[in-house]
Amino acid sequence: MTAGVDLGHPQAQAIQSDEDVVRVRQLVRTVAVAAKLSLVDQTKLVTAASELARNTLVYGGGGTVEVTTVDNGRRRGVRILFADSGPGIVDLDLALTDGYTTGGGLGLGLSGARRLVDEFEIDTGAGKGTRVTVTKWAR
Amino acid sequence: MERVPILKIGDILLVSIQVDMSDQTALQLQEDLAERIVATGSHGVIIDITALDIVDSFVGRMLSTIASISKVLDAETVVVGMRPAVAITLVELGLSLNGIRTALNVERGMELIAAARSDEFEEDDQLDDAADAETTASP
Amino acid sequence: MALGAEASGRLAALLRDNAEQVTKRWTEIVAASLRGRLSQAELRRQLEELHRALVATGEQGTIDLDTEHATELRAVLAELSRGWARQGFSATETAIAVFALKDALLELIEARGGEGALRDYVAFAGLIDQMGLFTFESFVRTRESLIADQAEQLLELSTPVVKLWEGVVAVPLVGTLDSARAQVVMERLLQTLVDTGSPYAIIDITGVPAVDTQVAQHILKTVVAARLMGADCIISGIRPQIAQTIVALGIEFGDIATKASLADALRHVLRLSGVETARRQSRRDA
Repeated sequence: MTAGVDLGHPQAQAIQSDEDVVRVRQLVRTVAVAAKLSLVDQTKLVTAASELARNTLVYGGGGTVEVTTVDNGRRRGVRILFADSGPGIVDLDLALTDGYTTGGGLGLGLSGARRLVDEFEIDTGAGKGTRVTVTKWAR
Repeated sequence: MERVPILKIGDILLVSIQVDMSDQTALQLQEDLAERIVATGSHGVIIDITALDIVDSFVGRMLSTIASISKVLDAETVVVGMRPAVAITLVELGLSLNGIRTALNVERGMELIAAARSDEFEEDDQLDDAADAETTASP
Repeated sequence: MALGAEASGRLAALLRDNAEQVTKRWTEIVAASLRGRLSQAELRRQLEELHRALVATGEQGTIDLDTEHATELRAVLAELSRGWARQGFSATETAIAVFALKDALLELIEARGGEGALRDYVAFAGLIDQMGLFTFESFVRTRESLIADQAEQLLELSTPVVKLWEGVVAVPLVGTLDSARAQVVMERLLQTLVDTGSPYAIIDITGVPAVDTQVAQHILKTVVAARLMGADCIISGIRPQIAQTIVALGIEFGDIATKASLADALRHVLRLSGVETARRQSRRDA
């Protein structure tokens, strides 16, 4: 049995400050370990979560994150949902381009995070906030 | 907010990052380090990231910035102890850490700094206009 | 399919009262199908254990493999199929070991006769079917984990990281590289760099017949990752066809050092570390 982490029960965390981004990293790490992701996959997922949590804070003006252990019958995985009700992303293609940034960062947050996970979905638009869902499966 | 301690060992400043840094802590370290380089007149900075289980684009940028700042202040920066999983993730993320010297551990980092310094002095001896000679020796 | 409390009691009593006869007959039937690959005594011991667990469970009431109090019975069944799977018996043979109990029981019930004999036999047979299926599943699980273990062992066997010199490690890659294996090799190589504190790594691909884009990408990423960690990689033993593939695929090897053979690569590395110190030495003397 997985200690502390229930299959299908999301663990939530608010993202309102710098310290919350650290908490998100720790939460994702705990769940990823419990889901038996390999060390490299854990590292990739936590790094992606860190990028996306920072995006939620900086561009979305804060929001929430939900971390869930998932199972597709063959493999276990971890799914993370980042949601904010900020201004949304107007030009998604541009935002997913390496090196493009409006916030003075390296422009690798969104595009880099997408490369680090197995599944990446984004639902956004001008004025409707942003919801990013990522999933990483155990090998 | 936590602060990362900076140790002075001989001519070298040693920073061993032991905590999961918030973005503020990282920026603070950047400032502290610049001040300490000037205050101590150190010519080498070693940043030990053995304990870091992830490096995201923010910390990556901090490392690059520290390297650039210390170069301006005539100090050589070497990042040591990056974990394999972290390195693999950084490659996937698309972060190349250009301009940063790296070594496997603190000991090798010190050797690297010593070699760079001695090369510079030799060039000083040999060339009269070597006051601002750039060392390009790579590991 | 569960066996009702009453029927369970009757089955337990039947098995208990005729213990000697049932296990003897059961052993005979199973032994015939195994043709001497398991000694009679050993087989009898295992079946007696199963017999005991069945009686014990039946005496407590309803026999249902899915419930708590059948834990002991399930454990015995699982243990039996695990053992047989590891000893190389087939799934059919393992299932027959359980199903044979039916024949032994049938003879017993026939001899006893009486009312409800048929109904009892059908009910018992249902339970035994369930036990057989459970055995079959444990058997498959055991085989699967055996295969997984072997695949892992194979992966370890096929990816040695060797120390060539002080501060120089090498991975001689042999055989077809798929994405999964390339990943494992590369992770292991990077970990070895840390463990041994070696600043140089040689990836020798002499024994690799072909390279596709994905594998080439894995190798490239490893070289870049090693650089981030403060180590240098040299790739040696690139075959002509692979060189052509690399160029045709448009993969940039950039400033990565490549050498024709492992020996050349080692010489290159030694010169990198050796000559530099020699040069410095002579300057200092001067």
